[in-house]
Amino acid sequence: MPVHDHAVADGVATARGGRASALKPAAKVRHARGREPRLAPWAFVSPSLILFAVFAFAPIAVAVVLSFQNVQVFGGGTWVGVDNYANMLSNGLFWTSVRNTVVFTVGTVPTSAALGLLLAIMLNRKLPGRGLIRSLYFLPMVVSGVAVSLVMVWIFNDDNGIVNAFLQATGLPRISWLSSPNWAMLTIIIAVVWGRIGFCMVTYLAALQGINPSLLEAAQIDGAGSWRRFTNIIWPLLNPTTYLLIVLNIVFSLQAFDVIYVMTGGGPGFSTTVLVQYIFRSAFTDGKMGYASAVGVFLVVVLLLLTVLRNRLSRRSKDLT
Amino acid sequence: MTTETSTPVKARADLKTGTERMTVGRWVVWLLLLAGGLLMFFPIYWVFVTAISPGGLAQGSGFSLWPSRIDFGVFARAFQQQPIGVWMLNSVIISAVSVLISVFISLLAGYAFAKYRFRGRDILFGLMLLTIMVPIQVIVVPEFVIISKLGLVNSYWSVILPSAAQGICIFIARQFLVALPDELIEAARVDGASEAKIFMRIALPMSGPLIAVLTILTFVWRWNDFIWPLVALQTPDKFTMSVGLNSLNGAYAHPWDQIMAVTLISMIPVIIVFLIFQKQFVQGIAESGLK
Repeated sequence: MPVHDHAVADGVATARGGRASALKPAAKVRHARGREPRLAPWAFVSPSLILFAVFAFAPIAVAVVLSFQNVQVFGGGTWVGVDNYANMLSNGLFWTSVRNTVVFTVGTVPTSAALGLLLAIMLNRKLPGRGLIRSLYFLPMVVSGVAVSLVMVWIFNDDNGIVNAFLQATGLPRISWLSSPNWAMLTIIIAVVWGRIGFCMVTYLAALQGINPSLLEAAQIDGAGSWRRFTNIIWPLLNPTTYLLIVLNIVFSLQAFDVIYVMTGGGPGFSTTVLVQYIFRSAFTDGKMGYASAVGVFLVVVLLLLTVLRNRLSRRSKDLT
Repeated sequence: MTTETSTPVKARADLKTGTERMTVGRWVVWLLLLAGGLLMFFPIYWVFVTAISPGGLAQGSGFSLWPSRIDFGVFARAFQQQPIGVWMLNSVIISAVSVLISVFISLLAGYAFAKYRFRGRDILFGLMLLTIMVPIQVIVVPEFVIISKLGLVNSYWSVILPSAAQGICIFIARQFLVALPDELIEAARVDGASEAKIFMRIALPMSGPLIAVLTILTFVWRWNDFIWPLVALQTPDKFTMSVGLNSLNGAYAHPWDQIMAVTLISMIPVIIVFLIFQKQFVQGIAESGLK
């Protein structure tokens, strides 16, 4: 029952006093039958529904079906049951990409969340030129993955990059940022964190502005220093935001593709091949559509589990506020 | 003893006047923030400096942050040697049409999900949200088969239509429209207004901020889209800016000043949109993340 029916029914109920409680359910039902249009919502939803059905639901359904088939490139498929999933679990490269995905996620998520929090706290006060400083941190958010990648490839270029020139000028050894399997993942993590700090900062800033200032004033008057105010008041109040931000960032990291695709293409070797990269590679380089779909379904299941977790946390954060 | 009594008094005075004095600690924070901000800005600065330095300011030997010679001719050369004008136009057309469709259909659907109760509503809404969780790499093959069955491969529509169906936009629209007062809708219904008229006369005029947020977010996303246009668009005359930019990377060794010039050109539209609509953009990001 939509909210307005409750509101109207409640209004009627209060007007009629004591008898109303008996009349209320009947009034509500009659009200709903008479007023609630049946076709209108479908008319409003239908443009989206058509586009989603053709370009989202159908391909997702096909991907699930493909994951149980052996498919030659754009030819027909033969039913192979769970073979693709079994192959996946016994494939060394699959586990390499799982490991890389974990490393990438662990490298990007806590870093960008922590930096975002630090910046939000520093910026959540009156400072000269605050708007401009904030813009400097936000700006990378709107730069495309391809542009970020090309810039970073140039900055971290082994021979002519500014980073290596800087290292050399300060007497440190040059580093093979992108051509060494030991460093490539770190370089990609730096590029991705650069683009994501702004998002974390924005989210934390919004949460900080929701904190009742009188709480902090009271603590300040009681003589709590800024560190005590942070650990005892701000941090606990930010907990729901932190949980949500971490889950969201994990989802972003599991889906991250553009930067890796352009910067390293998953190499050198397979040192930066994460799961989405592996899926794309299996489908387009190896031509194993069915197998690629199976890995895709595995990844989507992981993402859905994270969403369930996110919803739980979101509900909890609503209970707290 | 003196400090114990003076601190709360000082704090109270600060709170009362609402101004915050710049203490030494505050200046340190400010300097740190500024240094960090400049570091964040550095890659964008470096794109610009590399572009205008003849040969791309290679750092093979020395270390310099500013070019010794400046050459703005690189932009003209880039336009001559790469079909940047075409890529730009393709990106503008594809982003604009996709944003229009996306915003329009998301408003309608968001309104239905927010203000009506109908059979299958929650399941349908759930399914649309679920699509957010599916990485494009997972469905890129079936999506391509659908596009080719429809005869759309290498056309603007092959990118526009799939990218117009955005679960996140429907989600944001619903969250916003749920807050519209039901009394207004109910009153219009009592007056005999049709459902379409109620949407046009009540919901739409109150959705200004929502439309702004959706337009800006989707424009930036569509402009930056890469993987699906890369698969769907096959000839350079149909490339978007991102796909075209990527084609400069790799095997064919282009000079770095030119690559960075094209990179800079590709970033300009979103940076302008961002600087003008920063408030709505930030608000949209914060809201879609938090709710």
